[in-house]
Amino acid sequence: MTGTGTEKGGGAGRPELLKISGVTKAYPGVIANSDVGFTVGEGEVHALLGENGAGKSTLVKMIYGLVRPDSGSMTFRGQPYQPAKPAEARRLGVAMVFQHFSLFEALNVAENVALGMESPPPMRELASRIRAVSEEYGLPLDPARMVGDLSAGERQRVEIIRCLLQDPKLLIMDEPTSVLTPQEVEILFKTLRQLSSEGTAILYISHKLEEIKALCDEATILRRGKVVGTCTPRERTAREMAELMVGTTLTPPERHPVDKGEVALGVSDLSVASPIPFGTSLKNVSFTVAKGEVLGIAGVAGNGQDELLLALSGELRVEPDRLRIASHAAGDLGPVERRKAGLVSAPEDRYGHAAAPDMSLIENAFLTGAIRRGLVNRGFIDWGKTRAFAEEVIAEYDVRTPGPEVAARALSGGNLQKFLMGRELNQSPSVIVINQPTWGVDAAAAAAIRQAILDRAAEGAAVVVISQDLDELLEVSDNFAVLNEGRLTKPVPVQGLTMDQIGLMMGGAHGMEVAHHAE
Amino acid sequence: MDFGGINPVILIAGLMATSVPILLAALGEAVVERSGVLNLGVEGMMIVGALGGFVVAVHTGSPFAGFLGGAVAGAALSLIFAALTQVFLANQVATGLALTLFGLGLSSLGGQGYNGIKPPHTVGLLPDALAKIPVAGPILFGHDWVVYFSILMTAATWYVLKFTRVGLIIRAVGENHDAAHALGYKVNRIRLLCIMFGGAMAGIGGAYISLVRVPQWVDGITAGAGWIALAIVVFASWRPWRVLAGAWLFGGISVLQLNLQAAGSAIPVEYLSMAPYLLTIVVLVIMSSGRGKASMGAPASLGQNFHAAR
Amino acid sequence: MIRLEKRPNPSRFWLYATPPVAVLLTMVVGGILFAAMGKNPIEVIRTIFWDPIFGEFAFYLRGQLLVKAGPLILIAIGLALGFRAGIWNIGAEGQYIIGAICGAAVGLAVFPTENRLIFPAMVIAGAFGGWLWAMIPAILKTRFNTNEILVSLMLVYVAQTILAKASTSFLKNPEGMGFPGSRNFNTYPAAKNGYLIESLGLHWGGVAALVTAVLIYILLTRHIAGFQIRLAGQAPRAARFHGVNPTRLVVMCMGISGALAGLAGLFEVAGPAGQISIDFNTGYGFTAIIVAFLGRLNPLGIVLAGFLMALTYVGGEMASTNLGLPSAAIQVFQGMLLFFLLGVDVLTNYRFRLPAAAATAGAK
Repeated sequence: MTGTGTEKGGGAGRPELLKISGVTKAYPGVIANSDVGFTVGEGEVHALLGENGAGKSTLVKMIYGLVRPDSGSMTFRGQPYQPAKPAEARRLGVAMVFQHFSLFEALNVAENVALGMESPPPMRELASRIRAVSEEYGLPLDPARMVGDLSAGERQRVEIIRCLLQDPKLLIMDEPTSVLTPQEVEILFKTLRQLSSEGTAILYISHKLEEIKALCDEATILRRGKVVGTCTPRERTAREMAELMVGTTLTPPERHPVDKGEVALGVSDLSVASPIPFGTSLKNVSFTVAKGEVLGIAGVAGNGQDELLLALSGELRVEPDRLRIASHAAGDLGPVERRKAGLVSAPEDRYGHAAAPDMSLIENAFLTGAIRRGLVNRGFIDWGKTRAFAEEVIAEYDVRTPGPEVAARALSGGNLQKFLMGRELNQSPSVIVINQPTWGVDAAAAAAIRQAILDRAAEGAAVVVISQDLDELLEVSDNFAVLNEGRLTKPVPVQGLTMDQIGLMMGGAHGMEVAHHAE
Repeated sequence: MDFGGINPVILIAGLMATSVPILLAALGEAVVERSGVLNLGVEGMMIVGALGGFVVAVHTGSPFAGFLGGAVAGAALSLIFAALTQVFLANQVATGLALTLFGLGLSSLGGQGYNGIKPPHTVGLLPDALAKIPVAGPILFGHDWVVYFSILMTAATWYVLKFTRVGLIIRAVGENHDAAHALGYKVNRIRLLCIMFGGAMAGIGGAYISLVRVPQWVDGITAGAGWIALAIVVFASWRPWRVLAGAWLFGGISVLQLNLQAAGSAIPVEYLSMAPYLLTIVVLVIMSSGRGKASMGAPASLGQNFHAAR
Repeated sequence: MIRLEKRPNPSRFWLYATPPVAVLLTMVVGGILFAAMGKNPIEVIRTIFWDPIFGEFAFYLRGQLLVKAGPLILIAIGLALGFRAGIWNIGAEGQYIIGAICGAAVGLAVFPTENRLIFPAMVIAGAFGGWLWAMIPAILKTRFNTNEILVSLMLVYVAQTILAKASTSFLKNPEGMGFPGSRNFNTYPAAKNGYLIESLGLHWGGVAALVTAVLIYILLTRHIAGFQIRLAGQAPRAARFHGVNPTRLVVMCMGISGALAGLAGLFEVAGPAGQISIDFNTGYGFTAIIVAFLGRLNPLGIVLAGFLMALTYVGGEMASTNLGLPSAAIQVFQGMLLFFLLGVDVLTNYRFRLPAAAATAGAK
């Protein structure tokens, strides 16, 4: 493993396709990329490995023409390459599958594909080409369907096919597996290997080390905007790569086994229609969580996680008996009454749901702390006490901020998440519900958050953690269940659970394997 | 063929002409909203178009030049809205209201000295002989060219939005501006062009009021037509043919209440003249009850400004 | 090319500097407009902004300021409450008219009885009328999800028709010799909203405006209801997470703004206007929208903005009589003011940067 920032030739003697050298890009207050260089060969699967915020996304946006580098140079197929816009990149043979934000829910598959092409053929012809290509690569797709009605995995297929229709020389994939079940990941990898064997290079961005070991020929590791190493993933252990990526050694959270007490949260036969457009309704969800227990709920995004949080937090009300907090019927209570009853919750979306981005941390502390921390007196707000509460959370959870009066939007994702977790955990709750506790948070902060959750459980709180990160769930949970198309599997103990079993619980691959068997 | 003093042929022919201003303005606004922008300044753009059209027509003696002038005036005013919301990222609701208030003042200021003048006559498109055919004549052939133009624009708007790449891009930008940006589309530029189209259409609609419907210059001549056009866009679920249906429905009510007034109906005049506004409310209630934003077909990014952060 | 860049924290400087800068820009561009109309821009601006306070007739005009500012402030504060919460009541003009009609009707019904309770009863009826008129869009919004902007606006036209009907039939002065318009409250002491301090132009409406400003300011900054209003406007999903009941919020905000507009209407009709007539309303309900934004949706800011807008009214009338400036020019001037305010406002949350400067700043 070379520990320097110098670029290394494409592996296995492949002809060079893309060469990046000395690329730097700065934003106010942040250097996203500093003197980054690496080379991708034709047909190579090249990993860009790094934590959230390491500069991977900015780097690929530059390659795709969405962002211009401040300095440095790129060459593509031997020619100087500086795309001014994505259309130019696409014309030259660079395609990109995004992690978020690039599909239109109210448009159909064919229209979505057409929008990503320079000069699409007439709709009817395009539809038949979509069918042909999707069959060829084992990703069946109906061009006439509305994208809003598709599952997360199917949506990703739309993006991939959009790229494939343009015969790309380089396909960029930004965290493609975060929305897939383990079986779906296998199918995706098969498709990517097929592409690679046909000569398409793939730039694969991820922080999941096992995946990179399974798929990639070469890897470039980024930390804080700099290249900290390159390696051949098959020859390295995941631990070696992890230490390069993170820069420090990590300690997994400590668990103190506690005796499970009586049931603190009980949900029985909960069905509720989704208030979100194109959302997933909950169907007959039942589970109980005892004092001191952590229940992990896994599932691919868009299978009812948001709805489950809304139903538990009280934003969605249900019949009284469907939800019990410490054996008291609480289904018809709103968020305020549920907090009074001891239940606190943390939604996934920090900017706009869990926090008001334009309000100060003090006001955001009041947002949920008002009742349990006694911050209101006869309808009037005790701002002094609220400020003290905010300062307490900032100090205790190591939130990096100039002070409690700054706007929530000024904090980085990880810092804000620490603040919001602290806000809920410091209300001495009896039930804690969290959706995606460490999404987009760096490894050290994530470890701290997990430890804090476990500490509350050790003190006797019942905890529900909803997450798409299986490793995280296996680390913190006592019991494990999967949310699939709005239905929850029966919770089972985490101990002794294998990846295959989890994959089956997650509903397999939604028929994706069929096409591959047909090859 | 009279029913209670009202001739249905004249009623239908009348509603087709009466609905032209709101139809044109609503078509323009439908495109604007499809691109994700809520411009509440329709009333202001209409009245400035009404004045612009009137002034140009009076000075050139050509109604056609007048309508062109109305389009330019409406589009020019919409540029203020476009600059404020697309460049300066101002709140769309507030800016739209400001545009209406400003447009009303501007037209009142600019219209001084035009009271009591008659504009040149906008002629029928087809030979008079055709218009004299019983029943079909007045309904199908008896109109001035703007009526046919408004129907043509309905078809054109529908075709462009549904079948062309330009239409697809407009819908994409209105649906998810972040995704459109990620694919390399210039969100704010596309919206700016849509806003100007909306301004021009509202301007032509306004000019039709001052050149054909009234036809003279009166302060506050549009009398809320712009707001009804906005309501029709909601009523129509952002679809051009439904906009036409909605505009004709409102045109029908307006003509009917005028005819009832003329026929000496027992209902007091004041209550009859409330009818279009009350009907707007009733229709809005029916259209919006029990349905979410998505099922109504509202563009998902409607009213939100776009700023490319990184 | 110059780029806009979002500030991590809203700028406090620009929060307060925006209105004065907008006023200055409006004076400059308005001056150009006046010059284009063949007037001396300096003279017009002085007539509008200086003379009513310090000029020859200031002793009278100063009083007129509060007379005009009172209803504007009262209505604008109510509107600001809703705008803060993302509830767009655009039909204050209608609520103002209906409030005036209801309040006046109570007074006229008992004419010519003299009783101390008549005026208070009229005040309550006025507020109730405005509240009732605002409840129509509020209930349609909460019950049927109907757009409150369009409904409240349509109701303005309906209210104007009712006003016309009232002044020509059901509230018409039986002794008015056939002229439209109601009895004049100036001839009916028990129902008259007279001046408390004539030199200041202070009547009960002015008192109500200033008291309301203070109360709503306290509500917004110290009370949980005010927090919920601000939260609902800035982050609707966070508001539901906090536990705000959207229905109650809509009913509360629309109710308060309707009642305040109705009050303004009653004070106007029983005081300065004197009677119900077809055109007793002077567009306060619409101008108040400008006042609300100019005052940054802050009650104390609105008080200042109300006086500024009153200045353009009073000064505008002066300019109209003395210099022959068309009154519509003032309307244009007010519209421009709102444009500049909305445009300059971008600086509160964004800053302009050259790409090169942004890059070096980031590298440091």
